[in-house]
Order: sequence, then structure tokens, then C-alpha cells
Amino acid sequence: MIKCKNVKKSFGAHEVLKDIGFEAARGSIFGLLGPSGAGKTTLIRILTGQIAPDGGNIRVMGMDPQALSGKDKKHFGIMMDNFGLYERFSCIDNLGMFADLYGISRERALSALREVGLTDAAKRPASDLSKGMRARLQLARAFMHEPELIFLDEPTAGLDPQTMKGIHRFILEKKKSGATIFLTTHNMEEAYRLCDRIVLLHQGTIVEAGKPEEICRRYDHQKRILIHLADGRDAVYERGGKDAEEICKLLRNEKVETIHSTEPTLESVFLELTGKNLQEDA
Amino acid sequence: MSNMIVIIKKQLKDTLKNKTILIQFILFPFMTVLMENAVKIDGMPTFFFTKLFAVMYIGMAPLTATASVIAEEKEKNTLRVLTMADIRPWQYLCGIGIHIWMICMLGACVMSTTLPAEKIPFFLLIMGTGFIISVIAGASIGIFSKNQMMATSIVMPFMMILSFAPMLSLFNDRIKKFATVVYTQQLMVLFDEMTFRGFYANGITILLVNALLCVLLFAFAYRRKGLA
Repeated sequence: MIKCKNVKKSFGAHEVLKDIGFEAARGSIFGLLGPSGAGKTTLIRILTGQIAPDGGNIRVMGMDPQALSGKDKKHFGIMMDNFGLYERFSCIDNLGMFADLYGISRERALSALREVGLTDAAKRPASDLSKGMRARLQLARAFMHEPELIFLDEPTAGLDPQTMKGIHRFILEKKKSGATIFLTTHNMEEAYRLCDRIVLLHQGTIVEAGKPEEICRRYDHQKRILIHLADGRDAVYERGGKDAEEICKLLRNEKVETIHSTEPTLESVFLELTGKNLQEDA
Repeated sequence: MSNMIVIIKKQLKDTLKNKTILIQFILFPFMTVLMENAVKIDGMPTFFFTKLFAVMYIGMAPLTATASVIAEEKEKNTLRVLTMADIRPWQYLCGIGIHIWMICMLGACVMSTTLPAEKIPFFLLIMGTGFIISVIAGASIGIFSKNQMMATSIVMPFMMILSFAPMLSLFNDRIKKFATVVYTQQLMVLFDEMTFRGFYANGITILLVNALLCVLLFAFAYRRKGLA
């Protein structure tokens, strides 16, 4: 669905993207993970044809984003943090206007509102909505016309856990219905939970790529097993040899309360690769 | 065409909810009808308030409304969403321009109720022409501005000159000389006579030069800034 090779972009002397390359498969959720300022939004703007790259080869749905016509762009859904709403319009009017542009019925707009749980707020002006509700309305606008490819730029940034969960559920439902989702986030838990594949971006460079679980396993240097015993003690075991027998014995004797592997989180992997935390600015 | 209609419908809905813009469209037609009916002074030129407010209306409402609408869409990034939904820049600009022109013409129709029937077509023709020039000038400012605040500060001096110069020129000859080069002053001359008779090459040239300048300003702003 999306193919990038050696993509470069600079703003003046500042090189924002350096030789970026990846592929996002149809029907999957692809995550671009990186701290603020890593180049995520720039990449989305390039992929959606809003700005041109300085170099490299990009194919989005088989086409060069710069050559995409307005009609082609109707196959996209885009939710970007800085994409505004019509503040004086009600939720339904905000969607209704785009329903007219996309040539879909107002009923579809209403059902999109229902899907994101904003039916009760349908007639409230956008200026009266909370941050979470605004995010859901933007999400409804991005998905309303059932696009094949959806770009979500930090869709849950700054939202409370409950709204975040609701949005995650919604995104996963859309994936099930066949949409391809390109997601940027600096929330590693979100990426781990939602994405089929991710790339870790740092200062415009891809530092790691793959399935989230695979990446975590790859950086499991300890390769140990942590066991919390029934008597309250914690014990660390090697994965093979005598320790394996010991673990079996503990299990047989019902002395084990929980078992954990020592593989790191994506956050730790990022820290190991870049020396920086995902929450920090690049 | 359908995209342009969506923009016009959107803008109409937005205008009805935006009091600061709405008041600009309503104020002068309301004042015209009120003053023409309420103030009768011996020796006052005929349809004095209609002519005066008509010129002020041309110099204010379309200019500020167009600049403000475009600048707000740029500031709030709704314009970017529209362009991603297959709205071309010309469709957007035409949609906004047509909407503002139509609303202003509606106001002009209300103003024209103070005039005798035979003068109304001429009055509306001149108003319509003035609105077109002001809409283009407003669009240039809107495109050039990063946000509404910037648009307001750029619009203000233009608006003062276009709206008040013709009025002040009634009382001061120096201002009259200066105001001659402004299109609203030439429109004032036409309103005074309510006919094209006596409106010679000089006036037509000034009007055309003003229109051309606005178009050039628009082209310059669009090339420099675009709509993104």
C-alpha cells in the first residue's frame, strides 16, 4: 500500500528525514514511532502529497503522492493534530459538509458520529467539545467516507486513558473491515497494542523496524525468566539447563504465581538505540 | 461546480453563526434605511445617506469579510482539510468570493429600497462592480495573512482609506484630490450623478487601474503564499 525508498527532506539546513525506507502492507496497521520532532508529521505530509520530498522514491496506492489528483485523495482519510474543525458548526454539520464533498449521504455522517460515540453531541458546536471529543470527531471525519488508506498523526496525544482505549478499539475495528492504517505516535504502548509493523524514527533516521514483539525479543539481552513465587519472593532463572528443570519443578509444586520474560519494552529499546526517551523531544 | 456549491453553503451557514462578520453585512443597509427615513434636513443632497453608506459598504464589508474568512481558515487549518478533500484553490476562492458578493448584493438591494425604481438597476450595477474589486482586494489580504489578527491589521488602513476618503472629500478639497485615485471615490461620483453621463475616460481609467491593481495584488499574494 505504501512503499518508501531513500526518502529525504530538509527544511533549510535542517535535515528532517534521512534515507527513509519502509513498506506498509494493505490491511495492516503500520506505526511510525518516535519522539516529538523526529520527522513523523513531515513524513505524513510527504506521503499525503502536502509537501514534496527532496529525494527518494515513494508509492502510495501505487502512485507518486505528488501526482495524486483530488479524486485519488478521496481514497485517503487523514487525521492530523493541526487539522482544524469548524468551531461554529455543530458536530453533524462538520461531518455533513465533508459528506457533501465526498458524495456520501448525511446518514453515513450520522452513523460515523454514532461509531465514535458522539451521537448525543451531534448538535453541539465544535467549540464546546472537550479535547477527547474533538479527537473523536476528527477521527469520524477521517473514516466517514470509508477510505482505503488512513493516516493518523498522533491520534491519542494528550487524551485520557478511557478515550484512548475507545479510539484504539475504533481503529482496530476499521482494520478488521479492511482499511490500511498509517499511524504515528510516541506512545509505545499504543504502538505495541495496535501495530502490525513499526519503524522507530530518531532524528530523521530509522533506527529499527519490524513487528513490535519481534523488536522487543531482538533486544532481550538477558534472555531470562522472572518468576514471582507464591511465598512472595521473586526469582530470576536462565532459559535452559538446570534452571529449566527448576522452573518445571516449581510449576509442578504450584509454587509459581506469575512468570515473565525479560524482553524490554519498545520504550527501553528506543532508549538503548538512541540514548533518548520517547517522551523527550528529538 | 458541486464543490463550489458546498463552499458557498458552508460559508452561508458560517456567516449566520459568525456575529462579527454578519454585523458588517447588516449594519450599512440597516443604517441607510434608518437614516434616509429618519433624517430629513432642508438642503441636504438627495439620497445623501444611501450614497454615502453605499460607498462605505463597498469599502468595508466585502474587504474585511473576505480577508477574515480566508485568514481564519488558514489559521485554523480547515483550509488544508478542504484541499485534502478535493477542493481546488480556485473552487474555494470562487466559492468564498461568490458568497460574499451575493450577501453584499442582498444588502445593496435593501439599500436600494430608498431609491426611486428607475435608479435601482444603475445603483446595483455600480455596487456589484465595487464589491467585485473589494472582494479581490480582501482575498489578496486573506491569502497574504498568516492569521486573522494579521488580516485585520492589514485590512484596517485599506478599509479606512476606501470607506472614509470619499466621505471626507465632501468636506476637504485636499482629501478630494487624493481620493480621486481611489475606486470608491469614483463610485461616489457615479452615485452622485446616478448615470454614466459625464463619467469620462478619466473615471473609467481610474476604476480599471484600481481593478487591475487588485488583480495583480491577488496574483502576487497567491504566487507568494498560495493557499496552503
